[in-house]
Amino acid sequence: MNLLEDLVVIDFSQFLSGPSAGLRLADMGAQVIKIEKPYVGDVCRELYVSDVMIQGESTIFHAINRNKKSYVADLKVKNDLLKIKQLIAKADVLIHNFRPGVMDRLGLSYTVVKALNSSIVYASISGYGNEGPWKDLPGQDLLLQAASGMTWLSNDSNSMPTAMGVAVVDILAGAHLTQGILASLFERAIKGEGALIEVSLFESALDFQFEVLTCFLNDSNQLPVRSAVNNGHAYISAPYGIYKTSDGHLALAMGNIVELAELLNCKALQGYSDSKNWFILRDEIKVILAAHLLSQSTEFWLSVLIPADIWCSDVLNYGQLIQEQGYKQLNMEQLVTTSYGLNILTTRCPIRVDGQILTSPIGAPSLGEHNEFIDQQFLI
Amino acid sequence: MSHLPLKGLTVLEFSQYLSGPSAGLRLADLGARVIKIERPKVGDACRQLAIKDLWADDGSSLLFHTINRNKESFSADLKNSDDLQCVKKLIKEADVVIHNFRPGVMEKIGLDYDCVKLINAKIIYATVSGFGNEGPWKDRPGQDLLLQSLSGLVYTSGNEKDSPIPFGIAIADIICGAHLVQGILAALVRRQKKGVGALIELSLLESLLDFQFELLTTYFNGKQLPKRSAENNAHPLLSAPYGIYSTLDGHIAIAMANIHLLASTLHCETLAAFPLQEAFSNRDEVKIILSKHLASQASTYWVEKLHAANIWAMEVLDWSKIKEHPAYKILQMEQTVKTANGKEMITTRCPIRINGQRLFSSSPAPQLGADNNKLIEEFSLKNSA
Repeated sequence: MNLLEDLVVIDFSQFLSGPSAGLRLADMGAQVIKIEKPYVGDVCRELYVSDVMIQGESTIFHAINRNKKSYVADLKVKNDLLKIKQLIAKADVLIHNFRPGVMDRLGLSYTVVKALNSSIVYASISGYGNEGPWKDLPGQDLLLQAASGMTWLSNDSNSMPTAMGVAVVDILAGAHLTQGILASLFERAIKGEGALIEVSLFESALDFQFEVLTCFLNDSNQLPVRSAVNNGHAYISAPYGIYKTSDGHLALAMGNIVELAELLNCKALQGYSDSKNWFILRDEIKVILAAHLLSQSTEFWLSVLIPADIWCSDVLNYGQLIQEQGYKQLNMEQLVTTSYGLNILTTRCPIRVDGQILTSPIGAPSLGEHNEFIDQQFLI
Repeated sequence: MSHLPLKGLTVLEFSQYLSGPSAGLRLADLGARVIKIERPKVGDACRQLAIKDLWADDGSSLLFHTINRNKESFSADLKNSDDLQCVKKLIKEADVVIHNFRPGVMEKIGLDYDCVKLINAKIIYATVSGFGNEGPWKDRPGQDLLLQSLSGLVYTSGNEKDSPIPFGIAIADIICGAHLVQGILAALVRRQKKGVGALIELSLLESLLDFQFELLTTYFNGKQLPKRSAENNAHPLLSAPYGIYSTLDGHIAIAMANIHLLASTLHCETLAAFPLQEAFSNRDEVKIILSKHLASQASTYWVEKLHAANIWAMEVLDWSKIKEHPAYKILQMEQTVKTANGKEMITTRCPIRINGQRLFSSSPAPQLGADNNKLIEEFSLKNSA
């Protein structure tokens, strides 16, 4: 059976952070009902990315909202709000990512909702928490990367502050929200009480940096310095980074420089025998390595390093990756179909349960597709 | 906080470095009792892995202390039959087992899921591998940078002409640890209802592919590799202005915005003349125009204007500036833990708030084997039975 069978999640959230939490709960078996504004719905429906659209809707909307239901309601209209409250009374989880105060104004604050359903798990994601000078600022991934210091960790030291090119803050906040929700559902199964779970993009962005922030906090507040070349991690010694070869790239993780010098037959590196210098002199070491690795192909270097158990790999783009047996055998892709017959190839949940992968052929819902169905299911 | 949702649960952590232990840390912060099972003398290899050469006062790295606070340590040689017996008794009392050994290791020891299930049928047995249990990559080292390199992630950050640029944080480990926690908790929810245990398996590769689900779905359906913009790239799928820009005295980030609204807000005439529908197809040009324009004034000047027009923008800060900011201070994100030798270290707390409460814990990371005697007594591990 599915881990979260019989659980009902009412999801008021938009874009990525909240909806990614809803997606994971759906993947594990919960019934997730998106509550959407009339005519527009989740703003993400209209967020076109690149030039790829699927029947007028963005590919990312379809990726994020597969296997969910859509219920349209205007929360400012009395009758609609009444129906939503009836739905909430029968739900297990409520998710929203409105800015602070919005749910209160709509009459759906935790206090109100708890009175309707004392065992509900009420989960919210904000940008910066519910108080303080930034609470009303927009909570958007790139802005949080900028505000949390994260942009000073990737790329080389002379480059601009560099954003991580995936919405990492949204995704982690969604993952943290899911953790809080599930922990509360576990406790609820024992004690019968619901809970309020709050996550902010800001706190999730800081938690993501917990290892390096802890260094900063205990090392006289010294800011991170990215290496001048081939930076892979601001706090890690040479050779950690990605290097050009004669025909591509090679990634090298933590490794012993002396051993590397020998395996790669790189005489210029042989002098660096003191491991302390692998951090202090990492730029120098990386410059030597970079010049040396240019002389042969990626395949050649891997054939020398892999048998010696050196932590290394080739560097692939998506086109190369999907050709690899190591990728294919995961069965990471799944085809989902919308109710109007549109097929979309996407990825599946990464969690395996009892040896099984979790898939679902159900595509993202069209706006308001399930109003009638939900009304009947919950007798509202 | 008076009560925590996972209070009463016991987790045995047979894992090392970051992916498994970060899952253990989150479970500990949510109230579980987490016991690290470590090799005698050496322990978790992370004890000897320092970043920036920073060490705690007990010979273990600051990194180890950061990841393993709020846990206990039981040292055991799993190849020694007496020790293995003790560990099996612990397993009998436990709710969750986590390991991140390479495929086959737990089978050799006799602690694979099938064996463990016989000791404790309701156990949640959770594993992290690099690449799954099958296929040509299964024995490769599951290390973060290598996974970033193999999964295509390194082609998302930096600009078009740059080399592949890795994320400067161990994203594969961290996201996989987060997924592991999700799987474990969902399995505990089911166990509470149905009384059954579960096997939960994650791999760094699957987690990192899931992490890129928006990009991969776009790639599968559009057949074009994601392309970083030539300048100011911050996400390969997004139109101008999405990116980070230099100003007179620093940098600002601008997220999704209508370029004409942006032009009028910033008084940028060149941008005002630019066709709206080319914000994606000609994003490099837009970004170049913006870069030139934004270099003329200070960050706060621009951010005030942008916020007044409700445009999504933010100043780029570093930790020194963040640390002093009231918006950071009000979070109370820092907490102090005291090591066994009495030295204080500052670290961050769990990011999840429950019933309006922040979750703090002052318990430090354990010394290797610090809890052996206590656990032997508490669970009568040495008694034959």
